[in-house]
Amino acid sequence: MGKIEWAMWANEQSLAAGLIYATGGIVGVAGQFRGWQFAAFGIAAGVFVCLLEYPRSKRGKGTSVERTGQYCFTVCVNAFGPLTRNYYVRAFLHAALCVPGGFMLATVLGCVCLGIASLIYLSAAIHGEHWEPILPRTEPPKRVGDSIKEPPQNPPPRPPPELRRKKADKLETAAYDNPMSVTVNE
Amino acid sequence: MGNWIINHGLSAFILVVWMGINIFLFVYYYLFYDQGPQFEYTRELLGSALPWARAPAAVLNFNCMLILLPVCRNLLSLLRGSFICCGRTMRKQLDKNLTFHKLVAYMIALMTAVHTVAHLLNAEWYTNSFQGQYGPLAGNLSMLDDSSELKTTYLNPVRSNSTTPTLLVFTTIAGLTGVVITLALILMITSSMEVIRRSYYEVFWYTHHLFIIFFAGLVFHGAGRIVRSQQVTDPPHNTSFCEDQPENWGKNPECPIPQFAGGFPQTWMWVIGPMIIYLCERLLRFIRYMQPVSYRKIVIRPSKVLELQLVKPGFKMAVGQYVFLNCPAISQLEWHPFTMTSAPEEDFFSVHIRSVGDWTEDLIKMVENLPEGGQGPKMAVDGPFGTASEDVFDYEVSMLVGAGIGVTPFASILKSIWYKFKDSDPKLRTKRIYFYWLCRETYAFEWFADLLQVLEKEMEERGMRDFLTYKLYLTGWDQSHVNHAMVHFDKDTDIITGLKQKTSYGRPNWDKEFEQVRQENPSSVVGTFLCGPQALAKDLEKKCVKYSEVDPRKTKFYFNKENF
Repeated sequence: MGKIEWAMWANEQSLAAGLIYATGGIVGVAGQFRGWQFAAFGIAAGVFVCLLEYPRSKRGKGTSVERTGQYCFTVCVNAFGPLTRNYYVRAFLHAALCVPGGFMLATVLGCVCLGIASLIYLSAAIHGEHWEPILPRTEPPKRVGDSIKEPPQNPPPRPPPELRRKKADKLETAAYDNPMSVTVNE
Repeated sequence: MGNWIINHGLSAFILVVWMGINIFLFVYYYLFYDQGPQFEYTRELLGSALPWARAPAAVLNFNCMLILLPVCRNLLSLLRGSFICCGRTMRKQLDKNLTFHKLVAYMIALMTAVHTVAHLLNAEWYTNSFQGQYGPLAGNLSMLDDSSELKTTYLNPVRSNSTTPTLLVFTTIAGLTGVVITLALILMITSSMEVIRRSYYEVFWYTHHLFIIFFAGLVFHGAGRIVRSQQVTDPPHNTSFCEDQPENWGKNPECPIPQFAGGFPQTWMWVIGPMIIYLCERLLRFIRYMQPVSYRKIVIRPSKVLELQLVKPGFKMAVGQYVFLNCPAISQLEWHPFTMTSAPEEDFFSVHIRSVGDWTEDLIKMVENLPEGGQGPKMAVDGPFGTASEDVFDYEVSMLVGAGIGVTPFASILKSIWYKFKDSDPKLRTKRIYFYWLCRETYAFEWFADLLQVLEKEMEERGMRDFLTYKLYLTGWDQSHVNHAMVHFDKDTDIITGLKQKTSYGRPNWDKEFEQVRQENPSSVVGTFLCGPQALAKDLEKKCVKYSEVDPRKTKFYFNKENF
C-alpha cells in the first residue's frame, strides 16, 4: 500500500479514541452510572492518551505538519526518552489502558477505538517506525572568520605609482580601464 | 461586496437552507418526543434523554441521505449538463461537492455523538427503572411483560434483573448495529484527516469503503423497534388520571392496562434512494472502465512529465475539465484526477502527468519501458468532470493568471482560443489576451513553454503579435539565475524558456500590469481569470475593483475565481 507510515494513522486514531474514552467517562460519572469508577478511570486514561498523542511525530519522509501549539507537548513527551519513542511500548500501553473501559457501557466505545489504535501502533512498530520529535531547526548563525574583525595589514595590490594615475590625455597608458560605464548618461 | 455575492451568494444560500432543515428536524422531533402524549410513559422511565436521542436521529436520517449524493460524480455531470439553461452559478455549486460532503460528514459525526450519549443515558435509566429505583409508576411500567394471557405488552426493553446496560446494548439489534456503525464511522473519519489523505491516499480510500458496513447497519438499526409508544386502547387509558394509581390498572374500568408497540423503522425510507443512485454510479464507473481507450501518442517530456494523447469513442470535452484515469496494471481500484490539456477542437484528449506519487511514478516507469511506437498499458477513463470555463471566450479582453500547477487548464484554454481564432469562430469574442504565468521554477512545465513557443511562432507568421501578450514570472530565483541572466542579457530569446518574451523575476507588480492593460484597452470589458492560491485571488479581486471605472466608456475589470 505504498510507503505508508502507519504511525500517522495510529496517532489520529488514538487521539480520537482518547477523546471518546474521556467523553464516555464523563457521561458515566456525571450520570452516576453503575460502575462509575470505570468511567472515572476512563476520563483519566482518555486525557492521558490525548496528551501523549497530541504532538505529531516527525515523518520519516516528507514534510511534517505540526498540530497547533504542540511544541510544549513535544518537549514533555520527548523527555521520557525510549518509553515514548518506541511504538511497541505505546501499543502495549494503549492495550492495557483500554481494558478497564470494556467493563462499562459508556466507555466501551473508547475501549474498542483505543484497542484498534493499539493494533495499528503494533503494525507501525513491526515496520520499524519510531517517534521523532519535531523541534525547531536552530540554524547556526553565519560564521565569519575571526580575521574579519581585524583591520587589513596590507594595502590592496596596485600597479606601480607611475602607471596608477589615469591622466585624461594619456588614457592608452593607463593601467586599468573601467569595465562598465561609470557615467550616468552613457 | 457585490463580487462576494456573485461568487459566494448561492453557496451561502444553500448552506443556510441545509442548516435550516437540520434545525427544523431537530426541534420538531425533539418536541414530538418531548410532548407527544403517546410517549408520556416512556418519558416516565427516561426523562428528557428520549427526545435528546430521537432528535439527532432525525437529523442523522436526513444527513445520511445527503452524504452519498455529492460523491456521485457522474450524476453531478448529468445535472450539470441539464443546467445549461440555469446559469453558471448553479453549475459552479456542483464543483463544491466535496466540501459539502465533508460538511455533512461533520454533522453526522456531531449528531452521532449526541445520539450515542443520550442512548447511554437511556440504557442506564431503563436498567434502573426495572430495578425499581424510580418509584412505583416506573417500576410498574417496567414490570409489564409481553404476555398474551395477561394481555400486556412491554415498555421497558430491559426484561430481567440481570440485564446490565452493556448486555442490553449487545443483545439488541439496535444496540449492536449502533456500536458497529459508530466504530465504522470513527475509523472512516480518522483515516480521512487531511494529513492521512494527502500522504497515503490508499489508506483513506480503502478504509472509506467501511461506509458499506455503515449503511447496512444503519438500515437495520431500527429493526428491533425498541422505541415504544403507547397505543390507543378500548376503553382509552387516560394517562393523567391513571398514572397515580398504577396498582389499579386493569381493575379499574377507566384505567385498562396500557398497551405499547414499537415504532416502524423509518431510516431505510430516507437512505434507500441515494443508496440506489450510488450503486448506479459505481456501476457506471465500471462500465466506463470497460470502454476501450487507445493511445494516439505518448511523449515523455523533460522533468519526468508524461504526455498521453488518448482517444475514446464518444468522448466530448469542454475547456478546463478533468478526467479520472485508472490503470489496472498499477492498481485495480485507484482512480486519479488529471486536468485535460488539449482543446475540444482536437480529435483526441491529452493529459500531462507529473511524477508526484506512487501511481504516477509507476505509470511513467511502465511507459519508459515500452517499445518504440507501442500502445501503452490499458487505461480506463471516467469523465469529463468539472465546470467548463467557457466564460473566457465571452470577454473582449482576457487576463489569464496561472500560478504553478494552475497553469495546466490554461493550456486547454489557450489552445482552444487559438483554434477558434483560426476558424473565425463567432463565439469567440476575445480580441486580446494577457497571460501571466507565475511559477517558482519551470521544472516540470517545460512542455507549457513549448506550447507558448508554438503559439508565438504561429502568431508571428500571421502578423498578429498583439493577440497574445504573455509574461512569465519566476518567483523562485536566486543568485545563480541572476548571474546567468547577466551573462546572457543580450540574447534574443529568453535563457530559461527559449521564448521571445523575457522572463521576469519575482512576483508581478499588479498595479503596473492592470495600468498597462487599461491603457492599451481604453474602453473594453476585461475578464480576469485565476487558477492559483487564495491569497493571489484576494489580491487580484482588489485590483479589479480598483481599476474598474463606472463610466461605460472606460475599462471595466471583472474577476472570475475559477477552481479548475
